[in-house]
Amino acid sequence: MRRKLLGLLGFGTGVFAGSVLYRRSNGRRRDRVDVYFDDGSMVSFVEGSPEAEKLLRVARGVLGTGTP
Amino acid sequence: MDAAQALADLTEISSQIESAVLFDEQGAVLGSTLADRGAAEALAQGAAELLEEAAAFRSSEAAVTQLEASTHEGSVFVVRDGARRIAATTGASPTVGLVFYDLKSALRGTAEAPPAKPKPKPQPRPRKKKEPVDEA
Repeated sequence: MRRKLLGLLGFGTGVFAGSVLYRRSNGRRRDRVDVYFDDGSMVSFVEGSPEAEKLLRVARGVLGTGTP
Repeated sequence: MDAAQALADLTEISSQIESAVLFDEQGAVLGSTLADRGAAEALAQGAAELLEEAAAFRSSEAAVTQLEASTHEGSVFVVRDGARRIAATTGASPTVGLVFYDLKSALRGTAEAPPAKPKPKPQPRPRKKKEPVDEA
């Protein structure tokens, strides 16, 4: 009986941990812009920053026109 | 390779690319996968604006070579090589490295062949000095 209970508890913990990991990896990803420069450097502007908002507005416009 | 051929190869190789446009530094469209000329020009204009805006955020002299704008609706890629640029749109969550690689290959494919180097002229052989005849 106790063994069965422990097994169930282990299974439940596994399911919970799996769902947390799944939500973390597939959860809401933020829009962003990655810019690469000729000196080898890269800057990433994440949604919410003024730079990203400016670039993402243009990008959304481009995506609207780029529909074949 | 001309622009149309390079773009045709690009869309054949990369199934992730939904539309692509090749343009120059003035924003003039050199080729596009879009049937509508107006849409191709708008895509080129938007891509040029992205490059310009992104460069403005950098204080140093470094130039933008490529960028990716990722949104939930899809992604916009822009790659620059000299005076030529290529922009492409994809769906959400594309394989970024692969798309950049394919775009760079397409851009390289359209680059004009370098002018042939003139064949160097063969150097004339130095003449042998005549040895003075010993008259003794």
